[in-house]
Amino acid sequence: MQFNRKIKLESDIPTASMPDIIFMLLIFFMVTTVLREYSGLPINLPKAKRIEKLKSKRHTTHIWISKEGLISIEDKLYSIKDVRHVMYDKRSSDPQLVVSLKSDEEARMALVSGIHNELRKADALKLNYSTKTAVD
Amino acid sequence: MSKKKRRFKGGEIPTSSMADIAFLLLIFFLVTTTIDMDKGLGIVLPPEGDTIEIRKKNILNCLINSQGKVLLGGDPVETKNINRLVKQKIQENENLIISVKSHEKTRYKDYVAVIDQLKRANAKRISIAETGD
Repeated sequence: MQFNRKIKLESDIPTASMPDIIFMLLIFFMVTTVLREYSGLPINLPKAKRIEKLKSKRHTTHIWISKEGLISIEDKLYSIKDVRHVMYDKRSSDPQLVVSLKSDEEARMALVSGIHNELRKADALKLNYSTKTAVD
Repeated sequence: MSKKKRRFKGGEIPTSSMADIAFLLLIFFLVTTTIDMDKGLGIVLPPEGDTIEIRKKNILNCLINSQGKVLLGGDPVETKNINRLVKQKIQENENLIISVKSHEKTRYKDYVAVIDQLKRANAKRISIAETGD
């Protein structure tokens, strides 16, 4: 028995719409690319092993603490007394707020403890010590 | 003098290379998009004005001095051994609360190292005391 091919199938992928598809992807990536919002302070993060990822960027506020003891939130410098007010406003507008503490490894604990107290007063209780991943 | 008039051929933008250009841009954005999630040690602070009485035997004091030396339950220990020691103590007493207290001048690095060790020992109940002299 012989098989005869009766129909000739067109087996070309249409390439005319390829630029459109690629442009769509391009626009998607352009839109989702988030450039760094705040530059913060120059710090050296400490290293830790048992780390967890912060869930969403939207609900995260960063507090930078430099070696010299400067405190920066969203690129503005604050004294320790003002942290409470700033964080209270943020906390009331976003109940899911997580504070990410980006502190220099040489910062003193007196200041970090002060931040703890201020955050407690502002009712922003979810805290995350930002660290780098330590390798064995 | 006479000017030669060129015959206008009709301008067309070459579209054959458009896909390549778009691909190039796409790859550029793919590469530069950093989905860098912040990572670190999570901790939940106790609410303000919340003091609970805890039995003495359920507390393990962990003191860090300004040089980064650690005193665990009264004995000086190496930071890297905290993990093992705390694991043992939690096995002995499930309700153990580790109270971390550091000196005012303790470096953040040393403090984070201790918290990391406690996390690795699967200590769920960590209490952070205010700094003292």
